[in-house]
Amino acid sequence: MTTRPVRPLLAAVAVLGALAACGGSSGDAAPAGDEGDGPEGAVTVFAAASLTDAFADVAAAFEDEHPGVTVELSFAGSPSLREQVLEGAPADVVATADEGVMADLVDEGAVGEPVVFATNRLQLAVPAGNPADVTGLDDLARDELLVGLCAEGVPCGELARRVLADAGVTPAPDTEEPDVRALLAKIEAGELDAGLVYATDVQAAGGAAEGIDVPAGEAGTTRYPIATVAGAPHPDAAAAFVAFVASPAGRDVLAGHGFGPP
Amino acid sequence: MSRAAPRPGRRAARARPPWALVPLAALAVGFLVLPLVALLQRAPWSDLAELVRRPIVTDALRLSLVSAAAATGLSLLCGVPLAWVLARSRLPGLSVLRALATLPVVLPPVVGGAALLFAFGRRGLVGEPLEDATGFVLPFTIWGVIAANTFVALPFLVLTVESGLRAVDTRYEEAAATLGAGRWTVLRRVTLPQAAPSIVAGAVLCFARALGEFGATVTFAGNLQGRTQTMPLAVFVALESDREAAIALSLVLVAVSLAVLVPLRDRWPRA
Amino acid sequence: MLRAEVDVRLPDLHLQLDLRVDDGEVVALLGPNGAGKTTALRAIAGLRPLDAGRIELDGRVLDEPAAGTFVPPEQRSVGVVFQDHLLFPHLTALENVAFGLRARGVRRREARAAAQAWLDRMGLADVAGARPRTLSGGEAQRVALARALAVEPRLLLLDEPLAALDAGTRVRVRADLRRHLAAFPGGRLLVTHDPLDAIVLADRLVILERGRVTQTGTPAEVTARPASRYVAQLVGINLLFGTAAGERTVRLDTGGELTLADALPAAEVAIALRPQAIALHTHRPDGSPRNAWPAVVADVEVDRDRVRVSLEGPVHATAEVTPAAVAELDLVPGARVWASAKAVDLVAYPR
Repeated sequence: MTTRPVRPLLAAVAVLGALAACGGSSGDAAPAGDEGDGPEGAVTVFAAASLTDAFADVAAAFEDEHPGVTVELSFAGSPSLREQVLEGAPADVVATADEGVMADLVDEGAVGEPVVFATNRLQLAVPAGNPADVTGLDDLARDELLVGLCAEGVPCGELARRVLADAGVTPAPDTEEPDVRALLAKIEAGELDAGLVYATDVQAAGGAAEGIDVPAGEAGTTRYPIATVAGAPHPDAAAAFVAFVASPAGRDVLAGHGFGPP
Repeated sequence: MSRAAPRPGRRAARARPPWALVPLAALAVGFLVLPLVALLQRAPWSDLAELVRRPIVTDALRLSLVSAAAATGLSLLCGVPLAWVLARSRLPGLSVLRALATLPVVLPPVVGGAALLFAFGRRGLVGEPLEDATGFVLPFTIWGVIAANTFVALPFLVLTVESGLRAVDTRYEEAAATLGAGRWTVLRRVTLPQAAPSIVAGAVLCFARALGEFGATVTFAGNLQGRTQTMPLAVFVALESDREAAIALSLVLVAVSLAVLVPLRDRWPRA
Repeated sequence: MLRAEVDVRLPDLHLQLDLRVDDGEVVALLGPNGAGKTTALRAIAGLRPLDAGRIELDGRVLDEPAAGTFVPPEQRSVGVVFQDHLLFPHLTALENVAFGLRARGVRRREARAAAQAWLDRMGLADVAGARPRTLSGGEAQRVALARALAVEPRLLLLDEPLAALDAGTRVRVRADLRRHLAAFPGGRLLVTHDPLDAIVLADRLVILERGRVTQTGTPAEVTARPASRYVAQLVGINLLFGTAAGERTVRLDTGGELTLADALPAAEVAIALRPQAIALHTHRPDGSPRNAWPAVVADVEVDRDRVRVSLEGPVHATAEVTPAAVAELDLVPGARVWASAKAVDLVAYPR
């Protein structure tokens, strides 16, 4: 009976060995290639959800300029970004949709000096064809419409509430989405009649959604800061990326997606 | 038939598991319990009493319990008959049916939620005519939450009850037939009572799954405090803005889950 | 009254039997395992449809494939007592007995009262509240009988009712069963492989071997003139098969030759010889027995105060002798003896 205990043990060792082998291989691979000037390797960028489409193009443009570098992008709501960075996620760069979130990160010493690289404003989004005949912010108070806002704590949500308060409108939301892209998706699908999202989101929706301008002013505008993460694995590449984003080339790409200048 | 009493040494040896299993089992326990311990360690104990009385917590708890209970009720109503069909009938394509019924288990909940939208949303296959005819909309209401919960939790009940029904000896059903019991009576008085432990287990699993459901709910029913914001949604949203409230909510959810799982699973002895 | 022409095709057996059970009659369907007895019972109960044939109870057709008629078991009024009693484990004995009545719409209180009366009649009044798993084998079987009788079926089927009991209980329960069965007015069909059950409980035996009936008759008739080796073995008679070699002489398949007192009824015969009619000797006997043969002792088996000695040689037979004879003749396996039988003790009938 001595062989019987050995078999499960061998199986366990094999499984653990396989896991260890798999776990070790993720991470940066040192690129063979030119050892000339410029950073090399991969740079991990954590960015706000509203930057999804824009940063994909920014990253492509950046990679064209710096052939040795690969950009890895990860998107989430700005508060989630704060959590992830504070918990020590392996990010090199973080770009938020909220100066408050960035300020928190600065206070914690988690990031370097932030740079504002773009602005965005709120827009009232409706499904293509505007089936509910929405004209302005007042419509968000109508009970019979299905209306969505971003959740409190999400920058888009904070912005929306400030704009509505300034306009003296008490909204009757049917949902408070934790993620602006989720809100946009529901508007595009026609599940919601209207919602407050960013102008860039409306642009990204193409023909599936229409945007209606709202009186924004200072309250309705959001500024996007970007910073390198303290203790980043790839500080050179991180700095280069931040510089690119703030440069005219970067701003051009962003403008193409509906972002305003800083 | 008498049985000889086991020799003392042999009995002790039989009670201990084979030695190779112990460290692996310990690893599993550690892995599962450690996050819970970490959660307890970060709990804001001094503020807890106040936190759990806040509307965001009480609303979420109420919604969670109501929708999970309703989902379990619906699952029992429709799931037990489905389990019976899978276990007993001889229709062709039964294995396909079983695979379909099990699909929500492997489908990512968010995908499930999206699929529910395509079917029951305002522009959905069934949802659009429904709204046109009655003005009733499933998403953004508690009915949407119940639908999402039922979608993900029903398969658990079906699978559990199906295996329970298979274990019932059909000879008892034959005996009941010879005594004059029609098919409905046989089901009611012979089959289901013997399958009762599996039905209870299935209902408990279903309730627990519904209680913890997030992805399908937020995608299909949306998120609004007091109307559709169940506990998992409240935790997710609170994590972003009010960490302490999030932890308090999590603790409440853990406590409720334990309160449901522990007594019910012990209480029902195997027949 | 049951009139059944059963035709069922199983993977390894084709069951064909005609059966008739009158009201007031107890018929035992007796045969070795695998003969098809349980299949026949299940067909009559409606648990298995016929492939061909017809089952009719009190003039009502229950199953006739050719006419497309099939009455499901719950509508047949055929009661069944199963081999493993199959009492519902989640109900008490009382609830089990009341089950059939309640299934037919009798109100709960009346059903329970009737059930209690049945249990009282069986002497089981004090186990009414017990769960089946706490009952002894004999008690469980009696509760199963009460359960089947409580709905007053027109026909009662019993599938190996005593098989699950140990030897001691079986004797007692067999006697009880005979009494309880006697009180039932309808027909009773008993399926068993135990000849003692059949002989004690039945008015008529139907021997089923490999899906076919090989003999029917009263227990006395069957045991007196067994028509197959199976029955002969069952009742402990020697059955010797042979061909006529003269008006009164038979050449046995095993080689020996026997002379009978009467003329043979056919060319192919079976000869019945009671074990007690064989005498054993150390030498070839002189005198009247015209049938004597040399034999070798194959086996010696003691059965209380009798000893059964199986013999091999030109005649394969079992002789029954006293212990004294065993000692006197030194009968041990392998011993050579002479055996003889009187012509008058040999009964022949056609094969």
